[in-house]
This record gives sequence, structure tokens and C-alpha cells, in this order.
Amino acid sequence: MRAALDGDAAAYRRLLDALTPVLRAGAMRGLTRAGVGTADMEDVVQETLLALHLKRHTWDRTQPLMPWVVTVARHKLVDGLRRRGRRIELPVADFEEILAAPDERDPTEARDVDRLLGRLAPRQRDIVRSITVEDRSIAATADRLGMSEGAVRVALHRGLKALAAFSGSMT
Amino acid sequence: MKTEDLIGALVADNATRTEPLGATMAAAAAIAALASGLSFWLFLGPRPDVAAAIATPRFVMKFVECAALGLAAGLTAQATLRPVADRHLARIGRIGLVTAVALVVIGVIVEGILVPPADWRSRLVGTNWFHCLTLVPLLAAPAFVVLMAAARHGASTMPGRTGAVVGLTAGAIGAFFYAANCTDDSPLFVATWYTLAIAATGLLGALIGRRVLGW
Repeated sequence: MRAALDGDAAAYRRLLDALTPVLRAGAMRGLTRAGVGTADMEDVVQETLLALHLKRHTWDRTQPLMPWVVTVARHKLVDGLRRRGRRIELPVADFEEILAAPDERDPTEARDVDRLLGRLAPRQRDIVRSITVEDRSIAATADRLGMSEGAVRVALHRGLKALAAFSGSMT
Repeated sequence: MKTEDLIGALVADNATRTEPLGATMAAAAAIAALASGLSFWLFLGPRPDVAAAIATPRFVMKFVECAALGLAAGLTAQATLRPVADRHLARIGRIGLVTAVALVVIGVIVEGILVPPADWRSRLVGTNWFHCLTLVPLLAAPAFVVLMAAARHGASTMPGRTGAVVGLTAGAIGAFFYAANCTDDSPLFVATWYTLAIAATGLLGALIGRRVLGW
């Protein structure tokens, strides 16, 4: 994380890749204990990754990293549970459909974040989608949309912030 | 969206550097004090006899109390802005808060001894209590906005509590400057009206903090 904060992209990717299974296990345990099923697990994981990323400067470099990660993850889990508690899903009629069509989506895919993408401003959505779902680099995205790399970078940052803010206010 | 795609975006976004929290808050504290100080000089100014007043312990005591509270509340706020609260800083903040309250209590006791009970009431009510209750929050307002905005850069797991200490910090800054204009120096007055005014900004901070400091 120290290297990542100093701008080492490869180190940052290694760190996030290594943290993801840990977060998944934590989310699984937390959701199970709350008795709400683990269908939303990947959403919790992605919201936590977003929070870790956007708040990475709140980790005190002189302290161990994991207590910070765990605290952020717990905060996002509680946050997610509170929100899901308020959201009444599954009208009875939907059950038939669910029974008829078992959920075949990729287990590492999250639906909430996709729904949130739809709430971004069109330009931001283009950029975030281009870099996440379509897996382009910042340079390639800038090229395709005819923007400067700096502008793409700013738009990506704002887009990620907006995603996190939406997920916080989602009811 | 797949999680690995999201990670790709986060790694790409790492090129946008984030300001260290300590630097942000230190800058915010300086700007907050400056903003409230400037409002004071522009709209209020010191009382006419400030040169004579500065030699009286009661007048000086007001600044000591406000500065102690402002520093203590500010450090406490800073400590809670990280998800894993900075215990060392939180301890210093707690000691500071206790010190600030102790200063006020000692001031009241000494005043009670020096002044005959018949005068307590007039000292406590003073002449400016309405000014105190309105001008302290008004002078605190610029600091409040600056500090609360900067606190959003942090990640408090207790937004209400962090908001309250941010509000107290702003209130203490407002009171510090107001004290230079106010002609009521009795600790009985300060302990009543200054405390009420600062408590109001703290309460407002708690309410606003719950709304804006979530993440």
C-alpha cells in the first residue's frame, strides 16, 4: 500500500487482487450472520473496494494496514445491510420467474454497481464503462472519445466518487 | 460489472493522487481561523477599551479558555477522521477537553469567591448576552463551513460525533474572536452564554455531520 500510495500501479493491483478474496470471505460471513443470504456479496465487495480506494489517504502509514482495511470493510458491510434492510424486494409474483430461470450470472458480477452506472452523467458513464467493463486503458479511452488523458483521469475520478456517493444514498 | 474490471479502474484512478489527511486538515484549520478572523475585523472589530482590557486577567482568561477548547476539539475531530481512530491523538484531545472545562469551572469558583453573592446575578446576565448568542455562531459560520467541508475528506465511522467536535471547534474559534469585542468579562457570564453559544454550534455540527460525513 505504501508503494501504491506513491504511485506504483502494479503494486496497487497486487494489493487489491490480494485483498479481494479476503473481503469476499468477510462479506460472506457478515451477510450469513445477518441472515440475508449471500446474493449481494459481490456488491458489498465492490462497494468496499471503492471505499478503500477513495479513502486510501485515511490510512496512517505508520500503522499496520489490515486493521484499517477491516474497519472500512465492516463499515461498508453495516452500511450495506442497513440499506438492504430498508429495501423491500421480491414481490411474490417474482418468485415464479426466479424459480423458472435460475440465476446464472457470473458470481463475481455485481448488479447494484451496474444500476448505479446508469445514474452517472452520460460522459462519465462512457468513461467509467470504457475503463471497467471494456477494459481499456486511460490512453485508449482518451483516444476513442477524443479527450485529453488528463480530462479522462478527472472524469474517471469523479465518476468513481459519484458511484460511491450513490451507493451511500441508495434506498 | 465484474470485480476485476472495477479493480482495473481503481488502479487506473490511482494516478489521481490524494492529499494526505493531516495536510488537508492543517490547511483547513488555518483557513478556518483566518476566515472567522477576517469576518471579525470586517464586521465587528475589538471593543474600544481593548488596550486597557488586555491587562485584566478576566479578559485574558476568555481567550485562554476558547483557545484551549478550540485546540482540544480540533485534535479530537482529527483523531476520529480516520476509520481506525488515532488513540494517541484522541487521548491528547480528551485531556485538552477536560482542561478547557476545568479552566471554566475554576474561573467560576474564583469569581464566586471574589464577588459578593448580591452581584452574581448582574454579572451572569451582563449586558451582551443576546450579542453573544448570535455573534458567536455567526463568527463561527465561516470556520464551520471550511472545517466541515475538509472533514468530508476523512472517513469517520461516527459521523455524528465527528460533526459535533467539528462544530465545537468552529464555535470556539468564533467565541475566541467575539471575546475581543464583548465587554462582559466575568467568568459567570462566559460560563453561561459562551458555553450555550458554542454548544449550539456543536449540536448543529452533530446534525449536519450525520448528513454530510457519511461515506
